[in-house]
Amino acid sequence: MKAFVPANPSHSPDVFALGQAQQKDRKVGSLKLENIRKSFGDVEVLKGIDLEVDDGEFVIFVGPSGCGKSTLLRVIAGLEDATSGSVKIDGETVNHLPPSKRGIAMVFQTYALYPHLTVRKNMSLGIKQAGLPADKVAEQVDRASKMLSLDDYLERHPAELSGGQRQRVAIGRAVVRDPELFLFDEPLSNLDAALRVNTRLEIARLHRELGATMIYVTHDQVEAMTLADKIVVLNAGNVEQIGSPMELYNKPANLFVAGFIGSPQMNFFDGSRLEGETAKTIGIRPEHISVDTNEGQWAATVTHAEHLGADTILYIDTDTVGQIAVRLFGQHNYDDGDRIFATPDADNTYRFDAQGQTIG
Amino acid sequence: MNKATSSLGRSFAAHAILATYTIIALFPVIVIIVNSFKSRKAIFRSPLSLPDETSFSLVGYETVLAQGDFFLYFQNSLIVTVASLTFVLLFGAMAAFALSEYRFRGNLLMGLYLALGIMIPIRLGTVAILKLMVASGLVNTLTALILVYTAQGLPLAVFILSEFMRQVSADLKDAGRIDGLSEYRIFFRLVLPLVRPAMATVAVFTMIPIWNDLWFPLILAPAEETKTITLGAQVFIGQFVTNWNAVLSALSLAILPVLVLYVIFSRQLIRGITAGAVK
Repeated sequence: MKAFVPANPSHSPDVFALGQAQQKDRKVGSLKLENIRKSFGDVEVLKGIDLEVDDGEFVIFVGPSGCGKSTLLRVIAGLEDATSGSVKIDGETVNHLPPSKRGIAMVFQTYALYPHLTVRKNMSLGIKQAGLPADKVAEQVDRASKMLSLDDYLERHPAELSGGQRQRVAIGRAVVRDPELFLFDEPLSNLDAALRVNTRLEIARLHRELGATMIYVTHDQVEAMTLADKIVVLNAGNVEQIGSPMELYNKPANLFVAGFIGSPQMNFFDGSRLEGETAKTIGIRPEHISVDTNEGQWAATVTHAEHLGADTILYIDTDTVGQIAVRLFGQHNYDDGDRIFATPDADNTYRFDAQGQTIG
Repeated sequence: MNKATSSLGRSFAAHAILATYTIIALFPVIVIIVNSFKSRKAIFRSPLSLPDETSFSLVGYETVLAQGDFFLYFQNSLIVTVASLTFVLLFGAMAAFALSEYRFRGNLLMGLYLALGIMIPIRLGTVAILKLMVASGLVNTLTALILVYTAQGLPLAVFILSEFMRQVSADLKDAGRIDGLSEYRIFFRLVLPLVRPAMATVAVFTMIPIWNDLWFPLILAPAEETKTITLGAQVFIGQFVTNWNAVLSALSLAILPVLVLYVIFSRQLIRGITAGAVK
């Protein structure tokens, strides 16, 4: 995606709908976090986070609730001060700069639109405050409103918009600021499922068109897998693993990441249940198990079947390794109580040591 | 409107209850206003009847306007009420914002300390307050009253407003910070409009006791040029003879300004409720 952003602005090919003057001085920002720690009283929420984000990357912080991902985002935004460590945006330490001077824009879960201002004023407030001349302000608002198809709503108040429209306005408000860094704090959590998919596509398109660096917090691994160039998996204030979606899926560094990425969750069972196995824990994804009615490695009984059309998910009770889930592609006529045989794909089996780290 | 609330029986019952309450609440006020337009004899002969040709008399109003400087009293009352109200709302809201928004050492203790005033009547400190005012040369000034009423109104204002301010979305304030708004702009432009219903409530609760107060004007500012309307009306209540015409007329007149203020605040209150939610 970065390739779409011309390194030299004067050669900028006018290929995007937003081929306006704005596009030429498009800023992209890198981010560097060094040993970020944050405590609230005696509770340490972030325990030394190091992270590098390149220009134009889409990075997603993902983790269970309470893992510190939102706090980390707020530290980057400058809404919280880090207890120690440094935040560098574009190579410059910004620890002591207020949020408005950091070249960032943020989209919030609750939209956080100013209820007494029209959509247009909501979007223009920040850049007006920064002292941009009026014609420039109008131009920026225009560009963002076109990009997000908000033209019809510009004179309305937030109360007169639906949830999806409000979130688009909130995103528009961020675009108008023309930031080096976009920060998204669970922007889709308040939307219903259908709208969530649409807005997700919209954000992906926005990233492609703007080529800006984006940092996005979510607890939804589907959002993480579909949007990210790079995923940062956080747990209890620590980074568990950083990598591309497929790296995390194919080569999880430890039990936590293996269990967190993928749906339904990876099956885990004790290594001791298999003969000649030395690993403490064995993991295998539901999609890497095949079933057959006549023969296979593990005899099992189906306890529950979910028919999703494109997939069939079976919960089976095996004699060897206990309860596991199996994901079959397409439609299959298995039902509760059926006797079947399951066979794991040996190439896609994960082994973990006693500390939960992946073994080669 | 949904079916259940628009049904005739329900709405009749609701209106009957409200009408009964209104009659009970307004009865003494009506009696005061009606009798203020009657002659002294008529007031005692039939206090509940409306004034007719024989009993109609403006003598009460004439006395009030002739005796004493009632316009000055009105002005004093208005200055004291409006000024105290302004300070209570301004400082109360600011303190409430600080308590609800910022994490600092002693936040909780400070909140409790400020709320303590709700439970301790300020009149217990009258002697000390009087001494203080004498020492600082503020006796017989409106400033003395304004200071005391501001202190009297602040605890409740801080208590109510900080509860409401906690409910204002944190994201909204953060969005303002990212847009580069100063903490003052966030307070005045984002938070205050959202807690306007609470402000109106506090305003009404603060205003009425100040307007009606007799105690502090009597003790701190009894001079002719600093008399408030309630104190001014006492002129007509004597130990042996009370000029009822004048008392009732003065009270009728005293209702007017506070009624106007109340209408203003209640409109704010309604506008605050209907202005649209955050989400």
